[in-house]
Amino acid sequence: MPVMHVRPASPLVLSIAAVLAAGTLTACGGGTGSDPDTIKIAFPKDTDNKVTVRDNYVKDMAKEFEKKNKGKKVKIIPIQASAQDYVTKLQQMMRSPKTAPDLVYEDTFLINSDIKSGYLRPLDDYIGKWDDWKQFDATAKTAAKAQDGKIYGVPDGTDTRALWFNKKIFKKAGLPEDWKPKTWDDVLEAARTVKKKAPDKIPLNVFTGKGVGEAAAMQGFEMLLYGTGQDPLYDEKSKKWVKGSKGFKDSLNLVKTVYGEGLGPEVDQALSPTMQTKVVTDLLPKEKLAIALDGSWLGQQWIKTGGSPWPEWDETMGMAPMPTQNGEAPGEVSMSGGWTWSIPQKSKNPELAWKMIEHMQSQKNAVEWCVRGAQIAVRKDVAADPKYLNSMPGIKFFTKRVEHTEYRPTLPVYPQVSTAIQEAMEGVTTGDSTVGEAAKSYDAQLESITDGAVVKK
Amino acid sequence: MSATDLTAVGKEVPGRGGLPRDQRRVRRQNPWRWLPIAPATVLLLLFLAGPIAYCAYIAFTDMQLTGQAEASFVGFENFTKAFGDENFRNSVLLTLVFTLISSILGQNTLGLVLASLMARSTKAIRSITGAVVISAWVLPEIVAGFLLYTFFSKEGTLNEILAWLHLPSQNWLFTLPIIAVSFANVWRGTAFSMLVYSAALSEIPKEVTESAEVDGAGSWQRLWHITLPMIRRSIGTNLMLNTLQTLSVFGLIWAMTRGGPGGRSETLPIFMYDQAFNKSLIGYGTAVALLLLVVGALFSVVYLRLMREEV
Repeated sequence: MPVMHVRPASPLVLSIAAVLAAGTLTACGGGTGSDPDTIKIAFPKDTDNKVTVRDNYVKDMAKEFEKKNKGKKVKIIPIQASAQDYVTKLQQMMRSPKTAPDLVYEDTFLINSDIKSGYLRPLDDYIGKWDDWKQFDATAKTAAKAQDGKIYGVPDGTDTRALWFNKKIFKKAGLPEDWKPKTWDDVLEAARTVKKKAPDKIPLNVFTGKGVGEAAAMQGFEMLLYGTGQDPLYDEKSKKWVKGSKGFKDSLNLVKTVYGEGLGPEVDQALSPTMQTKVVTDLLPKEKLAIALDGSWLGQQWIKTGGSPWPEWDETMGMAPMPTQNGEAPGEVSMSGGWTWSIPQKSKNPELAWKMIEHMQSQKNAVEWCVRGAQIAVRKDVAADPKYLNSMPGIKFFTKRVEHTEYRPTLPVYPQVSTAIQEAMEGVTTGDSTVGEAAKSYDAQLESITDGAVVKK
Repeated sequence: MSATDLTAVGKEVPGRGGLPRDQRRVRRQNPWRWLPIAPATVLLLLFLAGPIAYCAYIAFTDMQLTGQAEASFVGFENFTKAFGDENFRNSVLLTLVFTLISSILGQNTLGLVLASLMARSTKAIRSITGAVVISAWVLPEIVAGFLLYTFFSKEGTLNEILAWLHLPSQNWLFTLPIIAVSFANVWRGTAFSMLVYSAALSEIPKEVTESAEVDGAGSWQRLWHITLPMIRRSIGTNLMLNTLQTLSVFGLIWAMTRGGPGGRSETLPIFMYDQAFNKSLIGYGTAVALLLLVVGALFSVVYLRLMREEV
């Protein structure tokens, strides 16, 4: 940029300021036209290039679909981004008919929010004519059911959460290989023992902060919070969100203890957006981490076709249910989520997109995905399939957790509440705020997010 | 774009505002003069003024990216919310710190120092230094961001060097990330100031400096009484452009820290992005963007005043 010695006039400078600032605001989005014989499928791709379980599955499905339906094409749009960036990108794509995909992979935590925004299409007409729907569990059928009673997505699996632990590290630290903690203190004690006896290992990982997004809120915080009492986040009876609860502070306090006492990973590592991938592809298989509070799907990375094959994982890793705070009944906590295939409102090819859903949800392909993606089945015919039942060690353990599992409040504001939780966690993790301050700031945010629909507990 | 504007104002090119009356009459008689610039004007209005006006509009709504059926007009609510928001105030403060350290103190001063050193050195040194410094500037922002991330990160180059020198290492991106990103911006942006000052210094007539030298002025006196006053206007222009660019730095900070940890390097552009896209509050994020524009405008006004007095 050549610079001249002139005497600029004030409006000129203001216009330069405007131009520079506007550059940060406006972004152009180009879009390709729509072709009636092509469907575009958008789904998240892992930030680790070696992790291609879902890409491969969708690619295989697309190939089969093109073979079966002559003249039709499937364009896959893998979005390689962190969890939060995927969500943002997808929402922006769905806003415009030019960029809207025909089929999208939606996390159930977000779906009600996106339904309310009018991004998605009700699928009731298709589902009514679809025989396989009766194979789905009752809970699965409501996974993408909105407040208007319509169904906006077909789930392809669910998940549960629990504690994973490395038996070898446990042995070294003198801890039992059939470890079954009864309270939070048991978990912390085990972590402290590891820290003392195996100081080169990270004792315990609890996801935290905005970097990992929903993983922090769900695998991390809610796995604690739902062990502190009934309806700790949203009160179903009064239809209000819970603020100022002791359980909330206790849960934050546990996070603070983990990071404050050095029982967790280094704080900067814990807050990095790639932490979720790092745990499953590096910290666990390289045996650097003793205990991980994590999801049922980890095994998908360690099988032969996974992102970081680890044949010995079956002997090395143990699993234990996450206990409630003081061992209150039922003695364990699990959270369940899952993903659905949905058709955007602005898709120009909904018919063909639905055909693709049917194709992916044929019994054979549904089993295939549950096996490859280490999913907990949501269809009766999949759950009974021997291929599924014998697919992976641990699948029985995690399927058993379904009995006492909890679901997140399926309300449009949930994603914003989740972000507020992540911020509160980040505050106590870095030590920038005390538990009291973080909880107070959460309460204030909650009130503004929900327009005052809160109840003190 | 800004360069064209500068030329236009400086030379009073026909076809712009502020012309003498008789020339204006000429233009009115000849409307075809507008024809060549009409396409450009239309494009500018469509793709520049349009989005800006749209942004200004949504700053006054509660538009959300998700979780909302329809956006509604909320007046100044987003702005009052911003001023009551502790995180927003934190971001304003960090933005000022970032601008002060990296632009005003860092890029500007270092650029001047480099330029004056280069003016005295041999041609070989001049071209080598110039090439090195400019290569940092030519790198795409995101590449520079990742480079500097690997430099400052905990197992990064800087800590390796410190360890080799037996100095204590520091987790730069964690303890004081705003300093780390400021240094990163200095590294990346100094070339621009250096170029501006190299050009300005070469314009100072040799005779002036020589006669000052003959009169017995030391090198500090020459700098203070001769060089600085003579390149005043370059300093002003450079400061202004630097500041405005620094205020809107996004990619560099995003790649290095994402504004974290815990908002310790969350300058206004990052805060704006976080609100608009992570928290889906497009309306609020846009309002913050407009406030960022105001901050930039305030800086510009200050610089303009300073320059006007000195000319």
